[in-house]
Amino acid sequence: MKTVRPLALALTSISVISLPASAQEKLDVVASFSILGDFASQVGGDRIALTTLVGPDSDAHVYQPKPADAATMTKADIVLTNGLGFEGFLERLTRSSEAKATVIEVSKGAALIEAEEDGHGHDEHGDGEKHAEQDDGQYHGATDPHAFQSVPNARVYVKTIAEAFCTADAAGCDTYKANAAAYDAKLDQLDKDIRAAIAAIPQGRRTIITSHDAFAYFGKEYGLTLLAPVGVSTEAEASAADIAALVRQIRDKKASAIFLENVANPKLMEQVAAETGIGIGGALYSDALSGPDGPASDYISLMRYNTATIADKAGS
Amino acid sequence: VQTLHDILIGPFAEFGFMQRALAGSVLLAISACPVGVFLMLRRMSLAGDAIAHSVLPGVAAGFLLFGLEILPMTIGGLIAGLLMALTAGAVSRATVQKEDASMAAFYLISLALGVLLVSMRGSSVDLIHVLFGTVLALDANALWLIGGVALVTLCALAVFWRALVAECLDPLFLRSVSNTGPVVHYLFLVLVVLNLVAGFQALGTLLAVGLMMLPALAARFWTNRVWTMCVLAVAIGIAASLAGLLVSFHFALPSGPAIVLACGAFYVASILFGTRGVARGRKRYARHRTA
Repeated sequence: MKTVRPLALALTSISVISLPASAQEKLDVVASFSILGDFASQVGGDRIALTTLVGPDSDAHVYQPKPADAATMTKADIVLTNGLGFEGFLERLTRSSEAKATVIEVSKGAALIEAEEDGHGHDEHGDGEKHAEQDDGQYHGATDPHAFQSVPNARVYVKTIAEAFCTADAAGCDTYKANAAAYDAKLDQLDKDIRAAIAAIPQGRRTIITSHDAFAYFGKEYGLTLLAPVGVSTEAEASAADIAALVRQIRDKKASAIFLENVANPKLMEQVAAETGIGIGGALYSDALSGPDGPASDYISLMRYNTATIADKAGS
Repeated sequence: VQTLHDILIGPFAEFGFMQRALAGSVLLAISACPVGVFLMLRRMSLAGDAIAHSVLPGVAAGFLLFGLEILPMTIGGLIAGLLMALTAGAVSRATVQKEDASMAAFYLISLALGVLLVSMRGSSVDLIHVLFGTVLALDANALWLIGGVALVTLCALAVFWRALVAECLDPLFLRSVSNTGPVVHYLFLVLVVLNLVAGFQALGTLLAVGLMMLPALAARFWTNRVWTMCVLAVAIGIAASLAGLLVSFHFALPSGPAIVLACGAFYVASILFGTRGVARGRKRYARHRTA
């Protein structure tokens, strides 16, 4: 874990990624967390001044905003959020900072899936309640907010962001559209590569374990089964029953590898690994990018890194 | 019989992490509960809480520099806790201020410093893990640490037993026969810090105090004798650890709170049914052997 959390990151919770100011008026964009920040800078290029609230290797579920964040919000033109309760701090921050910005929930329009109640297995879905709960995005637990973990959803995010930028800054619309199209082509290639990599893993080894259910979208999109001891949010504390169920599942030869996350406590997973003799497959990047020197400094390298890590461990 | 076996023994027989969780919490009970008894007798029941909060900046500094590693976090917590407890003790002995007041001042400063340090990391997910450790994730290193602390604590209690009891119950008498009073007092504070630092591995800084104080407070309702009280407190601590882990296993509840709530259940039962509790406490009004 130490390698993905260099000390140098200690003070970078607010990272301003903007090119030197030019004469033109830039669009002030606030992105709630690092992955959205990457999408925004891909689409906006140097026409926007971007601020990312929750920086690399930090967890947006439990982030505590600082006064500087409120100041940033107040002067923003557009605030990009994932929505679905992913950023618990954001609604309060928007209200307290009296921001006049347009708040865009970029997960609107993405293919969403229900959150698991307890995180054991992903086989059955009761379709009955689905529609009732889908609208109620505020409550974490109704709909799984980690939609960006599937590339087709990421493409929807990028499209939404480009439209939002066009509405706010009509003069730059062509640039945004062109940037978005170029990035979309890269995402399309990424999607194909991930499918190929996962297809190469033998069918019987496509079950892996992560420390929280951040990868449900990835699993569903690319045909992996994921098990996790804690529910969707990193806030929950595991019970003995959760860990016991997980150990039993691994003993039944259901899982091929266990992976840690860049934002969660590794101790519990290390214990499960020791208990069952299953290998630790390394760290996956779930809700945040790594620092600029890490292996997942932008969204595409994050997805490639995760895919390579899983394919390497589960495929062997 | 088979079902009883499944309920009580099964979880521990089947899972190593349950065995380690039980071993860790039992060792902690053996070590921390007698310390809790002495804290209570010195009327410092709330000081345990204050000291537990004050280890935070040390733990945070260790975490900030080395990540979630046991040794640096433990040493950091130890240094911060000792510094706070000893400074507070020294201020109360050197000035007019009483120990509860100086301790309140220093622990608040220490706590704020800790939160500041943890926040510097840019992520507060880790604060949660420092405040609420998990007994299910105890590894061999953590068990060695808790076992070592238990050994040191029991040896120190055995050697300084008479002085500790005298210092708690009749400090003036101790002062008249020997000048070890301050030494014993500081040594005792060291023991408190050691046990809290061992406890935060298992239960987190917030709940470690629960396993230290609640069994001791419950034991107070059953006896006047310090020795019996310590043994009873340890027994209650062990029973609560076992009960808490089993409840956590069978009802899918978080383990740390389950253990401390089990201690709390013993405490409430002791208030109601203890030989010195509400039921019979009033008979022995005249006797006044302990504080």
